[in-house]
Amino acid sequence: MVQELGYLKETASQTAGPYVHIGLTPNFCGIPGVYKSDLGASMVNDKTLGQRITVKGRVIDGAGMPLKDALIEIWQADAGGLYNSPAEMRGTADPNFTGWGRCPTSAEDGVFTFETVKPGRVPFKDGRLMAPHITFWIVARGINIGLHTRMYFPDEAEANAEDPLLARIEYRHRAETLVAAGTAPSYTFDIHLQGEKETVFLDI
Amino acid sequence: MTVSDRQNHKPETGAFFQRDRDWHAPALTPGYKTSILRAPQKALLSLDNTISEITGPVFGHSMLGELDNDLIHNFAKPGESAIGERIIVHGRVLDERGRPVAGALLEFWQANAGGRYRHKKETYLAALDPNFGGCGRTITDDEGYYFFRTIKPGAYPWPNGVNDWRPAHIHFSIFGHGFAQRLITQMYFEGDPMIWKCPIVNTIPDRRAIEQLIAPLDWSNTIPMDARAYKFDIVLRGRRSTFFENRPEGN
Repeated sequence: MVQELGYLKETASQTAGPYVHIGLTPNFCGIPGVYKSDLGASMVNDKTLGQRITVKGRVIDGAGMPLKDALIEIWQADAGGLYNSPAEMRGTADPNFTGWGRCPTSAEDGVFTFETVKPGRVPFKDGRLMAPHITFWIVARGINIGLHTRMYFPDEAEANAEDPLLARIEYRHRAETLVAAGTAPSYTFDIHLQGEKETVFLDI
Repeated sequence: MTVSDRQNHKPETGAFFQRDRDWHAPALTPGYKTSILRAPQKALLSLDNTISEITGPVFGHSMLGELDNDLIHNFAKPGESAIGERIIVHGRVLDERGRPVAGALLEFWQANAGGRYRHKKETYLAALDPNFGGCGRTITDDEGYYFFRTIKPGAYPWPNGVNDWRPAHIHFSIFGHGFAQRLITQMYFEGDPMIWKCPIVNTIPDRRAIEQLIAPLDWSNTIPMDARAYKFDIVLRGRRSTFFENRPEGN
């Protein structure tokens, strides 16, 4: 016998279910008055630094149907490439930018929308700069554990070409699934859960 | 620790332990029908954490309203309260190293005592409780403790199999200190015979992982003539120390 490592096991994930909005966006789903506003509904204010952008998209299932009950969260650096997090050791992020947003997909057409700023570049583990990107986390009925992915920008071809994560994608055409469509300041990022256009999801 | 101690405490910046994806449910679990068209079919791209995953939003206690962790009253008319079995749910948020996760935002949502959710897509014929909304939130203290007050949710039927019913459960959403720790799960109640029949519970392959989602009745913390208590501890991913990283954190 050897010593016990003594680690605990992570609590297992379960689906967020169809009524995730009750807990995470109660005002959106018609439960007013408990919270003043839904958390993550606004990422910027009048003083936020950087280029304002809009990111819209849908989450599409294996039958080509947009999910109308999904919930998306995004996490990103500010315009200067700093994260608004206590674990950010390289400097202090823009105090007028949260870096984190939350949006349910619409019950009518399945579209999510974030009003944010274009993130600056942040370093990979070895010091190389990653291309500007936004981290996405997707939960919904039918999804047993939240899906992580990243959105990159179509107008950053040079940075994308040297991005260490994009370079790790063995099937080159699949890297395109992480690059949004559109032009500044309006981007569209559709997430395909399965099938030919399946988005690259990350085990991070 | 006081607040000022915590501000002076150097935050941890190591990468998180990799997720044991044999412990969690796989994406495709046909017994839970909706997973069939919503499960990625290609392999995940594995990546050691970068600063984009090591960092994450952290929320201050100041964002909380007075009744945010009291579901019996936070939607009720003045002087009234929700109907049902009054309970306290409490526990700790720890990481895989057994260390408390302080300042973790927990959000919860649930059906009322009859199993009815306050949601426009919900069509179950059990009645709404006019004094129950079903959402709450709190932030763990410096030792990782949290608690909230609510009514015990009822079971409810759902269109999966012909006669599938969810066991009584409370949904939990948890933020740790890094976005890679983000977790949504469900808490079940000790002794509920429906737990083992549920296709959503049974998406999890390891019985021990399911047992970790079942909150025991906590008689010691039950308040006489008021509310019973259930204890539910939550474990988030641990993180490596940065001692042996070949570059300082953030690089």
